Amino acid sequence: MNPLAEKYLRKEFLPFLFCPGCGDGMIVQAFLKAVDDLGCIDDLAMTAGIGCSAWIGVYMNVDILKILHGRAIPAAIGLKATRPSRKVVTFTGDGDCLAIGGNHLLHAARRNIDITVVMVNNQIYAMTGGQVAPSTMLGSKTQTTPYGNIEKQLDGCRVAIAAGATMVSRWSTAHLKPLIKAFKTAINHKGFSYLEIISQCPVQTGRYLLGSGSPEFNLQWIKEHCVKEEDPSQWEEIEAQGKIPVGDFLRTERPEFMEEVQRMNRRVKEEQARGGDR
Amino acid sequence: MKKGRIKVMMGNEACGEAALLAGCRFYGGYPITPATEILEFMSRRLPLVDGLCLQMEDEIAALVAVVGASWGGTKAMTATSGPGFCLMQEAIGMAVAVEAPCVIINVMRGGPASGQSTSTAQGDFYQARYGSNGDYSLIVLCPSTAQEMFDHTIKAFNLSERFRIPVIILSDEVVGHIREKVFLPDADQLTLVERKAPTVPREEFIPFQPDTDGVPFMPAFNTGYKCPVISQAKSQSGNRGNAREAAENIRRIVSKIEDHMDEFAEVQVYGDEKAETAFVTFGSVCRAARSAVDMGRENGLALRSVEVKTVWPFPDDLVRRALAGAGRVVVAEMNLGMMQREIERVVRRPEIRIELFSKIGGLYPQPQEFLRFLEE
Repeated sequence: MNPLAEKYLRKEFLPFLFCPGCGDGMIVQAFLKAVDDLGCIDDLAMTAGIGCSAWIGVYMNVDILKILHGRAIPAAIGLKATRPSRKVVTFTGDGDCLAIGGNHLLHAARRNIDITVVMVNNQIYAMTGGQVAPSTMLGSKTQTTPYGNIEKQLDGCRVAIAAGATMVSRWSTAHLKPLIKAFKTAINHKGFSYLEIISQCPVQTGRYLLGSGSPEFNLQWIKEHCVKEEDPSQWEEIEAQGKIPVGDFLRTERPEFMEEVQRMNRRVKEEQARGGDR
Repeated sequence: MKKGRIKVMMGNEACGEAALLAGCRFYGGYPITPATEILEFMSRRLPLVDGLCLQMEDEIAALVAVVGASWGGTKAMTATSGPGFCLMQEAIGMAVAVEAPCVIINVMRGGPASGQSTSTAQGDFYQARYGSNGDYSLIVLCPSTAQEMFDHTIKAFNLSERFRIPVIILSDEVVGHIREKVFLPDADQLTLVERKAPTVPREEFIPFQPDTDGVPFMPAFNTGYKCPVISQAKSQSGNRGNAREAAENIRRIVSKIEDHMDEFAEVQVYGDEKAETAFVTFGSVCRAARSAVDMGRENGLALRSVEVKTVWPFPDDLVRRALAGAGRVVVAEMNLGMMQREIERVVRRPEIRIELFSKIGGLYPQPQEFLRFLEE
């Protein structure tokens, strides 16, 4: 067994429910490598919703709350709010995060609360059998767009940036080294971090959208289509060629929510001690 | 006699005071009439005790954040009204499934849908019990005074910690907004219940293995137990369960409550306990019924009012006992006969007439109307 698996997985929960060739196993490994390097396993508190990627954390030996479809982010906020020293990480998928849970992404980013949202983007609703997602490419034929997808894609990175996230990256399962680095940066980043991972789903996306269920083909597709470009002004041109920009897009500082809460509580109590009206 | 102080306050504020005294340190909310005062109260007061009141982006997020806070090791609460309560239903089932102690206040208003935001109603009687999917159970308390808003909130926190469940307070606009005297006991006069934390070493800890009372031990996150908590049907280990394990778990989360109803079920009788005619009421309607009983007594008419304080699980035995000897039973409620169904189920005697005195559309029943109903 892989030494990281030996050290960090709940062996009694194995085997994974992931399909053969799924990117989620690679993501588990990359994440555990980052956690191992940081030595932060005991500080982790994880949340997840529903979907394939929501199971990623369940196999790890961590405290994890895996709840309703789309609602992993508010649960993460509840955990962070009750003990800010926790390192709260949420694994979510493109449907979970951008469709049913989109509202929560906006408001967590706006608050700049120190949680890490890892969005595993396989461009489809995979667990339910291959329906269109907000991340599905225009024109794609899925089980619910049998005549081709006529809806524009929603870009989670642009949304996170616009909503006020202070760290935004997108990498892929074909970029494991920068991905591990981005995991580490995100976990240690003081504020809301959004890390998107373009990942392969040979069983749904591969077979029905890209034309092959072979894991090698799908990983190769990702390699060919993900182009490193960290300057947002260049994104439209890349996307016009059917490619996906990846890289570390944003890292900035803004007051973190729980620090602001603690500052406010101190101030209010001092005012009260001085005889304020509350 | 307990030590404390008396204050005139709104029912919703009494609820907030009680939550603070019960140890609530996280509140997730969303503004909605007629429950908003609880959110406003908590946003003023929680910072003073190092707590956090978060106005979330919707009621779904509010309750989910409360469940997160609960597993984070904190007592947590939310409050809402009908439309928000609808949004919370999925998360109520989730809180049941992940066995997260928390308190949910529903200050009922008129429905369906947006209904009547500023008027009272009792149309969420069944939703409070059956609103989420699947088989489950929970406890629902119905206050009728500002004092009971206080007392029931303390009780709700204690029961939620005792059974590891969401406890719902089904209040209504009248009780939420009424201003009246409330006795606030000093903190040291209260008996508070806390969830049981595991004491075994981590290697021996089985996350959803019940104690003898059916309730598993609950470690807060980041205390070393590394708990897998999923809302799927699960085995005691916390992993996805097979059919047998799923069935066992469902039976346990129901029986851990319903086998212990003697610990919390409450039915009061006001007036003449032997009166031929009995009203059955819950929530704010208890108030008008009491006045009707008093007015009846003045006119030489013996009446009793059976007040159901814990409406779910429905206290069949206590209600049967409270109605013993009554020949005419009038269920008075602000809906089209929801509790009436429960009474018909509980009192299956052909010689007993069960009638419905119903007020809807935001009108609160007047005491005289009870007496007029009896005459008609």
